[in-house]
Amino acid sequence: MPKRDDIESILILGSGPIVIGQACEFDYSGVQACKALRREGYRVILVNSNPATIMTDPDVADATYVEPLQAAFVEKVIAAERPDALLPTLGGQTGLNVGLELAESGVLAQYGVELIGAGVDAIRVAEDRRLFSEAMAEIGLDVAAAVRATSVEEAQAFAQEHGFPLLVRASFTLGGAGSGMAHDQASFDRLVAEGIAASPIGEVQVDESLLGWKEYELEVMRDHADNCVVICSIENLDAMGVHTGDSITVAPAQTLTDVEYQQMRDAAFAVMRRVGVATGGSNVQFAVNPATGRQVVVEMNPRVSRSSALASKATGFPIAKIAALLAVGYTLDEIPNDITRETLAAFEPVIDYVVTKIPRFAFEKFPTADRELTTRMKSVGEVMAIGRTFKESVGKALRSLEDGTIGFTGQAGDLDDDALREALRIPHERRLLDVDAALTRGWDPAEVAQLTGYDPWFVDQLLQIVEIRREVRSCETLRNVDATLLRRAKRVGLSDAVLAAVLHTTEAAVRQRRREQGVVPVFKTVDTCSAEFQAHTPYHYSTYEEETEVEVSGRPTVVILGSGPNRIGQGIEFDYCCVHAVLALREAGFDTVMVNCNPETVSTDYDTADRLYFEPLTLEDVLAVTDVEAAGDLRGVLVQFGGQTPLKLAHALAEAGVPILGTPPEAIDRAEDRGRFGAILDQLGIPQPPGAVARSLDEAVTTAQRIGFPVLVRPSYVLGGRAMEIVYDTDHMHDWLERNAGEGDVLVDKFLESAVEVDVDAVFDGSEVFVGGVMEHIEEAGVHSGDSACVLPPYTLGRGQQHRLRDYTAAIAEALGTRGLINIQYAIRDDVIHVLEANPRASRTTPFVSKATGVPLAKVAARVMTGATLAQLRDEGLLPPVDGITGPEPGHVAVKEAVLPFNRFQGVDTMLGPEMRSTGEVMGIDTDFGVAYAKSQAGTNAMVLPAKGTVFVSIANRDKRAMIFPVKRLVELGFEVMATQGTAETLRRAGVQARLVHKVHEGTPTIVDHIAAGEVDLVLNTPSGSTGTRVDGYEIRTAAVSHGVPCITTLSGILAAIQGIEGLRENKVGVRSLQDYHAELAALRLSTHPH
Amino acid sequence: MPALLVLEDGTTFRGEGFGAGGTTFGEVVFNTALSGYQEVVTDPSYRRQLVTMTYPHQGNYGVNRDDAESHTVQASGLIVREVSRTTSNHRSEESLDGYLARHGVVGISEVDTRRLTRRIRSVGAMRAGISTEILDADELVDRVRQSPGMEGADLATGAGTTEPYDAPAEGDARFRVVAYDFGMKRNILRLLTGAGCDVRVVPATTDPDDVLAHEPDGVFLSNGPGDPAAVKHGIAAIGRLLQEQTPLFGICLGHQLLGRAVGAQTYKMTFGHRGANQPVRNLASGQVEVTSHNHGFAVATESLPGDGPFGAVEQTHVNLNDDVNEGLRCRDVPAFSVQYHPEAAPGPHDARYLFADFVSLMEGAR
Ligand SMILES: Nc1ncnc2c1ncn2[C@@H]1O[C@H](COP(=O)(O)OP(=O)(O)O)[C@@H](O)[C@H]1O
Ligand SMILES: Nc1ncnc2c1ncn2[C@@H]1O[C@H](COP(=O)(O)OP(=O)(O)O)[C@@H](O)[C@H]1O
Ligand SMILES: [Mg+2]
Ligand SMILES: [Mg+2]
Repeated sequence: MPKRDDIESILILGSGPIVIGQACEFDYSGVQACKALRREGYRVILVNSNPATIMTDPDVADATYVEPLQAAFVEKVIAAERPDALLPTLGGQTGLNVGLELAESGVLAQYGVELIGAGVDAIRVAEDRRLFSEAMAEIGLDVAAAVRATSVEEAQAFAQEHGFPLLVRASFTLGGAGSGMAHDQASFDRLVAEGIAASPIGEVQVDESLLGWKEYELEVMRDHADNCVVICSIENLDAMGVHTGDSITVAPAQTLTDVEYQQMRDAAFAVMRRVGVATGGSNVQFAVNPATGRQVVVEMNPRVSRSSALASKATGFPIAKIAALLAVGYTLDEIPNDITRETLAAFEPVIDYVVTKIPRFAFEKFPTADRELTTRMKSVGEVMAIGRTFKESVGKALRSLEDGTIGFTGQAGDLDDDALREALRIPHERRLLDVDAALTRGWDPAEVAQLTGYDPWFVDQLLQIVEIRREVRSCETLRNVDATLLRRAKRVGLSDAVLAAVLHTTEAAVRQRRREQGVVPVFKTVDTCSAEFQAHTPYHYSTYEEETEVEVSGRPTVVILGSGPNRIGQGIEFDYCCVHAVLALREAGFDTVMVNCNPETVSTDYDTADRLYFEPLTLEDVLAVTDVEAAGDLRGVLVQFGGQTPLKLAHALAEAGVPILGTPPEAIDRAEDRGRFGAILDQLGIPQPPGAVARSLDEAVTTAQRIGFPVLVRPSYVLGGRAMEIVYDTDHMHDWLERNAGEGDVLVDKFLESAVEVDVDAVFDGSEVFVGGVMEHIEEAGVHSGDSACVLPPYTLGRGQQHRLRDYTAAIAEALGTRGLINIQYAIRDDVIHVLEANPRASRTTPFVSKATGVPLAKVAARVMTGATLAQLRDEGLLPPVDGITGPEPGHVAVKEAVLPFNRFQGVDTMLGPEMRSTGEVMGIDTDFGVAYAKSQAGTNAMVLPAKGTVFVSIANRDKRAMIFPVKRLVELGFEVMATQGTAETLRRAGVQARLVHKVHEGTPTIVDHIAAGEVDLVLNTPSGSTGTRVDGYEIRTAAVSHGVPCITTLSGILAAIQGIEGLRENKVGVRSLQDYHAELAALRLSTHPH
Repeated sequence: MPALLVLEDGTTFRGEGFGAGGTTFGEVVFNTALSGYQEVVTDPSYRRQLVTMTYPHQGNYGVNRDDAESHTVQASGLIVREVSRTTSNHRSEESLDGYLARHGVVGISEVDTRRLTRRIRSVGAMRAGISTEILDADELVDRVRQSPGMEGADLATGAGTTEPYDAPAEGDARFRVVAYDFGMKRNILRLLTGAGCDVRVVPATTDPDDVLAHEPDGVFLSNGPGDPAAVKHGIAAIGRLLQEQTPLFGICLGHQLLGRAVGAQTYKMTFGHRGANQPVRNLASGQVEVTSHNHGFAVATESLPGDGPFGAVEQTHVNLNDDVNEGLRCRDVPAFSVQYHPEAAPGPHDARYLFADFVSLMEGAR
């Protein structure tokens, strides 16, 4: 049956901010779906609060609402747009939950909106573990024995019957939130209580333990004619007990016989049919007992997922796109396979390579968090690598991680055997390297398999790598390694860097030797069919074999380097910029080549760039790409868009003779080297906080004493402010130095207290600057720019200050010699503008600026870097006649707010500081600042501002004076006030009656108890004094996070929140599409600056 | 042990030998299934073929007694990217390497199997040779060029049993079935007996009157290797059975033989269909089945007669990828067949219903 013509418009829900468990995979899926549906002629309406997505680009959907993904807001969009259908399966758990809520509350029925893709019943059966288990029993499939409970007492009988360990998990949560393995009564009681709290329906399920079983996933699709296909099978290297999102996974399944695999396939289809997913993609998870082969269904997700994104990248089969087409009535046999062109989507992809995914964690940001990997997902991103064997792909994946790992080196720090044994037994981030170390020490592979729960087949594969590395090592010098051994080493995925380490030489020497010996990689193609048909999409991976399939064209070619795995400090924003660079250059007639290793991204969609190389972003792998591309008309490489990842490679690439487009490596150095940058600012006469580079501990202390405390200290050359801290006195300084010993040079800067921080994103073409936007931070300087909220246009800066910012920006860009994007952070105090740093690359805020102003800054930059001038681009219409400062003030305000993962890392202090810890961001946009701010808070889902209720106030002494008026205002707005002694007294003197509550050590009930009891709707807590996290505030803040109460920790944040609450109370909250905002602004620009 | 693989067009691959040492010749083909190597190498339809598995890792889960499709390794050689030196599965009893060695079959690993597959795809299935003895490429190519090709080869006679034997139904015996064994896979027999058939398996050359004397409710025509056109006696026997209105069900070679018997033509495909992911449309239901394939010959769709020796014949199944005929049904006599493998092994179970269709056909003819 062809597509439905009884629907014309479709509402798609995105997944909102990047959080642990939901990353940019939903941007990739959503973009595919929007594009496919629009191509079919449907009007697509999109709601997504995340401005860093490609999905929210105004030309991806017909109407784009950057609004919070909450039923109330989506309802407003429905009322405004009156879509015929809602497709809820593309926005992860968030989209699905909102869709379900709208269906259940009757909103969809009221507006005549049909739920397509997955029906209410299907979503319920899949999401509700009880209904799911019953459904599985009905169709004769095995599931783990389980019981549901809404209290600890209820769960107890099951615990008695089955004994520990037991898996406790909260119903209706994402990525294993509220779940854990109970090994004894105490942990059981705690987990059950926590799970009940985390579950939106206050229920937990307790499962029989399947720890140590093998874990598998099948990605399946079904159409309304009941055609079912498996797109990909995935085997987890980490056994059951480690969340699949945190597991190293491999596609296809490696250790299932065909008999077992077909049994699983049959079961997956039966699950999909029974759950009732009429059309689309689902993910079905299985556990297999390695001793008996018993198969158990773990769960199913009736929607696209991170695994489906991985499966799409792993096979070349675009699951989300096909799912969208199935939802509007197509069947699989009516949809062409883009890659082969001659075949259809009704088939099962087969692959002739191995795909390995390794998750990326961010524990270094949360030193107090528990690092054991469990059923609760903790990773923030992932990498994928393709090789012809598992050995090759796992080696490539490892060096893609960019966490300092160069590959399998055989070292496990200084762990003794006992410690190593323990490290193998307990799942953690670096266990794969510990396995390497154990095998290097000659441990019995069977013991390694037994300790880790890794299948012996995988352990043997890893052992083969160890053996070949041992052969190389025994050669002692590079000259003794002959071509045959070199080739064998490369065929098992050993990186040049590892070989260099083993042979005590340099990576460059290894590379040269390889080239001399003809040991160079070839590039093969991902084609869905193992070469049975000809492929038309150049999606390549490197391997050491005999035939290369790359066909370069004669057209001028530009290579764009991606940003690698999502991590804190470098996320989807950079993928957005890369994609824009590709789009702009494609349009300008270049052949674009994308290199990246993050499977969640739009940049690695096979039809984004002209050629896609799914490769690690290391010098070795990038040079391999430029080597083949050099056969065509290679103009150069863009290193500006993928964040710090490609920027770090600029020098080495240039040294190897690869042209770097745009800002040259020397200019990058001038910006990044503190000393040189400082000298330039001095020359320009632009203020900067006094500071110095300290090369020793003593020097750090004396510098601090010289410039005066407080100072800001950090190891040099870091991104995302790692280990950065505000240091208040000499003791504190010693303490910091101790904790961060051995990190090299230390930067010591005067900390500017109570300064307004500002971000400027601009493009410089060599003679002229275009300022995209000036963003004024809500939190004062000292809160990392990635973690603070910011407002565009600035809400307190004067016009004069803005023009001064523009002049500074132009002067700095010129002095550095940048071409393309530059991001400069400023701190303004007493009307003096200080420069904090300049980043000669795309910034985290580039997409936000573009969404707020309608100017495609990254596209402009890509063009400038390939030779265009700003004047030319104005003529083309890519740029407006005026920039963000010279142009008119827009009629709307956009607020960006950061989203922090505190609910994932229990016990971590939520106090914001100069070290970045957010995983993502949302945008609130409105004509009113207060409403825009309230929307941004609502978008985070964690900081949703209440319009009424009880506010708890506990304020540091230095802030008490400033707090009186704001709290009075809250009372006027109808809030009840609760306060601890000191704050209450201050307030009482100012005429505010506050209910007195106990601090944590003052006896029960304490404020923490009140929060737990749900009596508090808003917490205002500014931290007192210097470092100690063990102060009272810590308990209050963590209690607020674990009970989902918004907690604001800065004075400026509190003031903004009050404006937000005012906006909410005045009931001015409406929704409006980005296209509308942009059109209005464009018209305004034209009226003030006619051509 | 270094090994050499050459194709008749002179393409050369060097790798490592595994399984048995020696020299072997056959038609080089590729199979894209991701699992099921044991079923593949023991499938008699792979006789005189050198099978390339496109998935790089082979042998991971070892070999066991239950998953063999016949009593021995049938393929003439196995070409892989990597053969596992360990095995990991609770049912594993032996390594793939050991299994091939025990059955005297030559394997070659460390081959760029994708390059090979692309070669086969563009040139077509070719004669080829693998050797651990002749490591000079020119010499081996010469030998390959002297070896016999697949077209015109009757490999089916002798691929199956030489003596008749009985396989009793599981549970109640509801039908008596005679199965012509041209190299029948075990799982077919399992599914027939599982469907309540008492099966008498007879050699490929069995006289149809002997079959009829057994008073079968239906006759099954098995899969098998080689060119159907060369299996003259089989085609003749089918004609005789059709005259008697005996219900017939054929798979793969059985399908091609039935096709020829009812007046259709068969032809050799460029490189055939071998894998477990082939989409086939059931023209009656419109549904797509994902199916297991292993064929280098096919029935020419346009040759299906509207008015042949046994009346009208219609196409029932078609390959979605390339429109190749995958099934036929006689309108005027009780016979149908499919080109692909509803018994799977290896592969998906989507087409199992065909065994039930055979049962219905026999029921209807009673
Ligand atoms: N009964 C169990 N015993 C041990 N581990 C389990 C069990 N059930 C699930 N797990 C582990 O917990 C992880 C998360 O469980 P899952 O049901 O997939 O929930 P979700 O993915 O929705 O968080 C799985 O990936 C698996 O590793
Ligand atoms: N001298 C300073 N005074 C006050 N705050 C500062 C100062 N230097 C940096 N910061 C704060 O620290 C944050 C991170 O510093 P920055 O130099 O931008 O490092 P990164 O490279 O991590 O972005 C800034 O966003 C700002 O809030
Ligand atoms: Mg799961
Ligand atoms: Mg910064």
